[in-house]
Amino acid sequence: MAASRNESRRVGSDEDVVRVRHLVREWAVGAGFSLVDQTKLVTAASELARNLVQHAGGGEMHIETLNSGPKVGLRLTFADRGPGIRDIEQAMRDGFTTGNGLGLGLGGSKRLVNDFEIHSRPGEGTTVKITRWK
Amino acid sequence: MERIPILKLGDCLLVSIQVDMHDRTAMALQDDLTQRIAQTRSRGVLIDISALEMVDSFIGRMLANIAAMARVLDAQTVVVGMRPAVAITLVELGLSLPGVRTALNVEKGMELIGRAVAGVTTSNGRKPE
Repeated sequence: MAASRNESRRVGSDEDVVRVRHLVREWAVGAGFSLVDQTKLVTAASELARNLVQHAGGGEMHIETLNSGPKVGLRLTFADRGPGIRDIEQAMRDGFTTGNGLGLGLGGSKRLVNDFEIHSRPGEGTTVKITRWK
Repeated sequence: MERIPILKLGDCLLVSIQVDMHDRTAMALQDDLTQRIAQTRSRGVLIDISALEMVDSFIGRMLANIAAMARVLDAQTVVVGMRPAVAITLVELGLSLPGVRTALNVEKGMELIGRAVAGVTTSNGRKPE
């Protein structure tokens, strides 16, 4: 499996969240994703980009194409150096929120993609990696 | 920041979202609509989201909040024009928009508001046709 293209973006504001949606849409169209798959990936990216802004004071998104034999996929990585998550299991649960949201961001975005990985250390930051295959 | 225009048609308010939904734009729309419902004593709110390519939990919450606030102010809200891909994604995300009435398009949405408003205002318990 080889990553062939990649790009990184700083995500620090409301406007950046909208830019992330556009960028991910563009890449998903380029990778030949169906309209429903594009929408799922863009929506998951929007949730995770907002998490960077709301909970970590900003962070970075990295996007790359994956080629695994005949399979084509997109992998998005959202990394921050924010406060981290103490209890990941709790944070993944629907309805759990520390902000004023619905608590659907993490659990919801996991349902919209094929692979979901989260690593977090209190005081060091959080990295969420999502992959959607075509 | 862009503000989304709110049009008044009879005793109904119309909103067509044609711009990228920044979180702040969504919050402003929620506030503006609530104000306008009270000011104009509108009985219905129709929100056209046919131009929206995605609805995430933030925008979904805004729609649900508008519907709830409108209800408290005695107005009915109908969201129209949701794209199929958006609907599929919303449900998988875990957002079923409880309390938000939906219709396929503006015409059907206006019918729904008309019926709902008429149904509520009939004091003798008869359902108007």
